[in-house]
Amino acid sequence: MSSQTGGYYLPAPSYWPIVGSIGLWFMALGAVLMMNDGGKAAIATLSVGSIIIVYMMFGWFGTVIGESESGKYNSQVDISYRWAMSWFIFSEVMFFACFFGALFYMRVLSVPWLAEGDTQALLWPGFENTWPVAGPYFSEKFTPMGAWGIPALNTFLLLSSGVTVTWAHWALKKEKRAQLVWGLFATVVLGITFLGFQVYEYIHAYGDLNLTLKQGAYGATFYMLTGFHGFHVTIGTIMLIVILIRSMRGHFTAKNHFAFEGVSWYWHFVDVVWLGLFVVVYWM
Amino acid sequence: MEAAHAHDDGHDHVPSGLMRYVTTTNHKDIGSMYLWFSFAMFLVGGVMALTIRAELFQPGLQLVRPEFFNTMTTLHGLIMVFGAIMPAFVGFANWQIPMMIGAPDMAFPRMNNWSFWLLPPAASLLVLSLFVPGGGPGAGWTLYAPLTVQQGMGMDLTIFAIHILGMSSIMGSINIVTTILNMRAPGMTLMKMPLFVWTWLITAYLLIAVMPVLAGAVTMTLTDRHFGTNFFNAAGGGDPVMFQHIFWFFGHPEVYIIAIPAFGVVSQILPAFSRKPLFGYASMVYATASIAILSFLVWAHHMYTVGMPVEAQLYYMFATMLIAVPTGVKVFNWVATMWKGSMTFETPMLFAIGFLFLFTLGGFTGLVLAVVPVDVQLHDTYYVVAHFHYVMVAGALYAAFGGVYFWLPKWIGKMYDERLGKIHFWLSIIFFNIAFFPQHFLGLAGMPRRIPDYSLQFADFNMVSTIGAFGFGMAQIFFLYILLKAIRSGEPAPAKPWDGADTLEWTHLPSPAPYHSFEDPPQIR
Repeated sequence: MSSQTGGYYLPAPSYWPIVGSIGLWFMALGAVLMMNDGGKAAIATLSVGSIIIVYMMFGWFGTVIGESESGKYNSQVDISYRWAMSWFIFSEVMFFACFFGALFYMRVLSVPWLAEGDTQALLWPGFENTWPVAGPYFSEKFTPMGAWGIPALNTFLLLSSGVTVTWAHWALKKEKRAQLVWGLFATVVLGITFLGFQVYEYIHAYGDLNLTLKQGAYGATFYMLTGFHGFHVTIGTIMLIVILIRSMRGHFTAKNHFAFEGVSWYWHFVDVVWLGLFVVVYWM
Repeated sequence: MEAAHAHDDGHDHVPSGLMRYVTTTNHKDIGSMYLWFSFAMFLVGGVMALTIRAELFQPGLQLVRPEFFNTMTTLHGLIMVFGAIMPAFVGFANWQIPMMIGAPDMAFPRMNNWSFWLLPPAASLLVLSLFVPGGGPGAGWTLYAPLTVQQGMGMDLTIFAIHILGMSSIMGSINIVTTILNMRAPGMTLMKMPLFVWTWLITAYLLIAVMPVLAGAVTMTLTDRHFGTNFFNAAGGGDPVMFQHIFWFFGHPEVYIIAIPAFGVVSQILPAFSRKPLFGYASMVYATASIAILSFLVWAHHMYTVGMPVEAQLYYMFATMLIAVPTGVKVFNWVATMWKGSMTFETPMLFAIGFLFLFTLGGFTGLVLAVVPVDVQLHDTYYVVAHFHYVMVAGALYAAFGGVYFWLPKWIGKMYDERLGKIHFWLSIIFFNIAFFPQHFLGLAGMPRRIPDYSLQFADFNMVSTIGAFGFGMAQIFFLYILLKAIRSGEPAPAKPWDGADTLEWTHLPSPAPYHSFEDPPQIR
């Protein structure tokens, strides 16, 4: 049935999902042990889980790429992938919305409440409604991250990478393989450079600015938002590297290249999140 | 290309025994696993509920320590919501959606397998939390900070279990949305879809929108616990109430995630046994969508007593009451469907009518709780417990029971014992009301929820409630017996055992439905 011409491709039974479930179980347990002083057992459990997950991803994605390249996916399957990727990105939007919401709540509601009326008079006399702030209890000084140094540069890098990936897409649609590869290569380089600057910024923040995760409202939202964004850029960069290698091996055609488009949608999404971050975390 | 060959006749090489179910990519196998897993979790969560009721049989502390009592209320809630009711309806979705829209399978069969097989690891983490130092989570299923920030490693296990459950729900929902939007048979326009399919399309949208928000909330709890952030700590500029806002932004749509597929099941059963088409199909679709959209705008009605401005209380009160309008449309349509129908009262119909009465009652108590001055009195009392058990048990669970009896002939090709089914219904509905109706009075009299001990004036109603709860539990063991009897020795079922059923699985497929249905899509007029 699965090979029926014109039919919707239905995969045969597969071991990859159960491998992934076992891997995730070990990872979750390892992480819990790690956070509760589990010592070597925790590291071992977490490592076993991570190795299984990496193995599963290679295997599962490898299978999908093989099926795609051998022409098993018809146009209806292609549309399924497009719907699925769009909805997945929507779920990611909601995930980031949760943390943006937390930042908004602290800046607009909880910090001002702590600095007014009886709360201020009885609990935290002298606490003022300012931003960036670590909250009324933490008196240690820190320097907030300015917008116009590395963050502005990173904005430029990510926006440029959006351009290069689109340039690569044009090339793919016109079957210009060299331009496709170079466009993707430039995108990957820009992504890695962004991540490098982000790491440098964190080191600078911890070492020189005394801006840590423990610095109350500002520290928590700063690291949570930029950290999860950086994690997503990392995933996006790995995905870009995969489609770069696939492009070099001659995968994708002008008409049939959902994987490329899915990755570029994801990359643009990460880009848009960064613009939000730049405005509300760094700048305002 | 050996691999390619293996795909060519994939269904001839299905591994046998347990491995068939571990590796399966078939929507029917996966649907069955969801339903059995859900039933197993229903029993686990049920034992926890009975532990709670046994302790509350008499005032004073008899059986369990208060900490363990709190763990029971917490895990009972989490397991019933995430382990029993949601997987039950995903099981229905898996079995029914491809058959009802004329598709060969779900859009992503392998991911479908993973969505299911993420559930057992997550459930095992939840149960494991009972056996680690510090014990299981005891903060209630709502996981409010700061309690969750203070508890032992059982809370960490719970947090990761919720992450994995969230992954499962999101992947399952993406699969369902994609299947409905892209796999319909030619001619099956959106407004020709059976209402059950519509309700799942809307439910899946809600799930994709709010599960990531819950993931974010518990992630903040995790970093507050272990990495020194201050999201829920006023000393650091955060706020424990912020957790409640984020949680209920997830939690209120979650209520409809549970209720809306139940609406769908009932909307298939009532027309079938009234031998009339569903009254007001289009208005049903619009009402369901309206309920879904409104569900994002009413979350703070769970938090009237945290100290919010009067203007906010007014807004949330009126917005909440607004939901009664589309819900009223639905109840009206269900009643109008039965009006002048040639009704018969087989077990699925009994459960659907039971749903109609008791869910409506639960909806009314919801309206009572929406009124701010009343809720200030009733917040966190047994009135709330009674309210949401009318919605969750007599609503969602009864719809699921009705759905199982309704579709069982199609799934296994055999009929259940009608007499025993009716006994199951009457036992369930009588004991349910004995268990939960007195809780309204307890709440009105001021008995708080999640407390292992109580003052003497509450003793009689609690005793009655506990007797009802044990009876209800026993009735579900009886349900298991009915199922096993049907599977082992049920009468063979015709392709269409119900006169008024008119969806594709009844009109186009034999009973039991073949392993691969609709390899060639049917043409819909």
